[in-house]
Amino acid sequence: MSRSDDAIRVREPAAAAPTHPSGHRRRAAGRRAVAPYLFIGPAALLFLSFSLVPIVIAVTLSFQETATLGEGEWIGLDNLATMTGDGLLRTALVNTVVFTAGTVPTAMLAGLGLAVALNRPLPGRSLLRAAFFVPMVAAGVVVGVVMSWIFNGDYGVLNNLLEVAGLDRVPWLTSPRFAMLTLVVVVVWTRIGFCMIIYLGALQSVPSELHEAAAIDGASPWTRFRRVTWPLLGPTTSILLILNVVFSIQAFDVIYVMTGGGPGFSTTVLIQYIFRSAFADARMGYASALGLLLVAILLVFTLLRHRASRRAEELL
Amino acid sequence: MTTTRNRRWLLTAALAALAAIMIFPLYWMVVSALTPGGQSQSREFYLWPDEPTTANFAEVFTTQPVWQWLTNSLLVAGAGTALSVCVSLLAGYALAKFRFRGRGLIYAAFLVTIMMPIQVTLVPAFLVVARIGLVDSPWAVILPTLFDVVGIFIARQFMLGVPDPLLEAARLDGAGEFRTFRSVVLPACGPLIGVLVILGFMTRWNDFLWPLVVLQGNENLTVPVGLSTLTNNPAFSSPWGAVMAVATVTVLPLLAVFLVFQRQFVQGIANTGIK
Repeated sequence: MSRSDDAIRVREPAAAAPTHPSGHRRRAAGRRAVAPYLFIGPAALLFLSFSLVPIVIAVTLSFQETATLGEGEWIGLDNLATMTGDGLLRTALVNTVVFTAGTVPTAMLAGLGLAVALNRPLPGRSLLRAAFFVPMVAAGVVVGVVMSWIFNGDYGVLNNLLEVAGLDRVPWLTSPRFAMLTLVVVVVWTRIGFCMIIYLGALQSVPSELHEAAAIDGASPWTRFRRVTWPLLGPTTSILLILNVVFSIQAFDVIYVMTGGGPGFSTTVLIQYIFRSAFADARMGYASALGLLLVAILLVFTLLRHRASRRAEELL
Repeated sequence: MTTTRNRRWLLTAALAALAAIMIFPLYWMVVSALTPGGQSQSREFYLWPDEPTTANFAEVFTTQPVWQWLTNSLLVAGAGTALSVCVSLLAGYALAKFRFRGRGLIYAAFLVTIMMPIQVTLVPAFLVVARIGLVDSPWAVILPTLFDVVGIFIARQFMLGVPDPLLEAARLDGAGEFRTFRSVVLPACGPLIGVLVILGFMTRWNDFLWPLVVLQGNENLTVPVGLSTLTNNPAFSSPWGAVMAVATVTVLPLLAVFLVFQRQFVQGIANTGIK
């Protein structure tokens, strides 16, 4: 970039000379034709080397059986055949669905409720808002270790509190019955603030005259919410829904730190299984094929999102 | 009148209680970092240690290369953000203010990568980095994350709002394309740069999966990866206290930035949702 900058600066005195106005304009036009490519060049180059090339390699790898690059054996569609008979993959897919279905609606409902409540003029409103989105600042790993400690079966503060209240200690992370529930609670905790912010933004664009008119017509607060606010939030809800689904399908850090997919395979989701196949089982080819499966799933949701937001626009 | 006011206070009280629950895990992280091992490894319920201590910090900082981890993270997040913001600003400008051949194709190709998270290309990207011989170097973490689609889209969106007559005026004055960008476009992009820097730094500082894959030597880890290695480290007299101490050190810098630049944070996060 600095080279083209210098080139332009060197040429400037000649170009600015009043004796060759037409030459100046032609050269300027030439520079304008090249300029966009220079501006987008770095991004395009990075895109090529670290997005496109890996994607192409992923596709070729998924037809191979290999532990490293370039030494693979072509096995055609065998990886696909392996997938259909892979019981662990089925478990991972079911876990992914359970985890997604547990986290997405809960976080969105909580976020919506908080946004509606905090959209009113309440005392200490900005402090409260800050409190609800502060968890988003924490790294997934930090959330993971802190929550592992809070939900620790032996010394965790939650179980210590339960004991004080006269209740039994719960094996939050060490029993297959509770581990998934615990993860869902933790991930919802990290996600509420995000949903709240997006809903708050949407609520602020709801015209207050609509509410006042409905209030004059004698509509109760609940009716006003259902008939006025909720329909206007439609596009936001559909975008949030898809985004949250994508986030949940991609969730890795918290699960990796808190349960590592266990106990047993009770919290092994797809992304966890890909990581395991690649780096614990050294099945790079199979892991790539699983990665493409993940892309296919995300693609379906992205298309759904596109259609949902288009439909929402038509409705408005 | 009084009933509405009472109801308002009731709502505020309920929200404050919820907010306390939301904040509790972070509070507990700090408290546990300050609690001596004897008290934290017990079944006793407490909310503040009887004898607060900084021994956990001292122990973990002397037995683990925590300073080195922090330095690595600062380098990775700092250099990564600086370079990536430059790339995004330039690309966003090209996409917003120029019509050129291949623009539609490039735009579409960039768009597709939004749903290609690094997890999907994890294996091949690792193999590429291994081939170049970058494994275990900070550049292995920095380079593959420099291309930031969301950043480019936010930049493009913002720069669409830079008035064209401003650019034309600069060009008529004889400024070259890059000069126009630097002295006319960039000064109008202050808020945009703020959002990109904060968002980019937070993402990189907190990043885990990719550094976990490409970094190996204990001295070369970033803080989140280092932190994740501590949970099953038997070397500590009070393992949870040590872990919470490092967790606190990981969150504190971001928390400070967040408290100062709350508005930009919220705006940035809202932008990623709207993309």
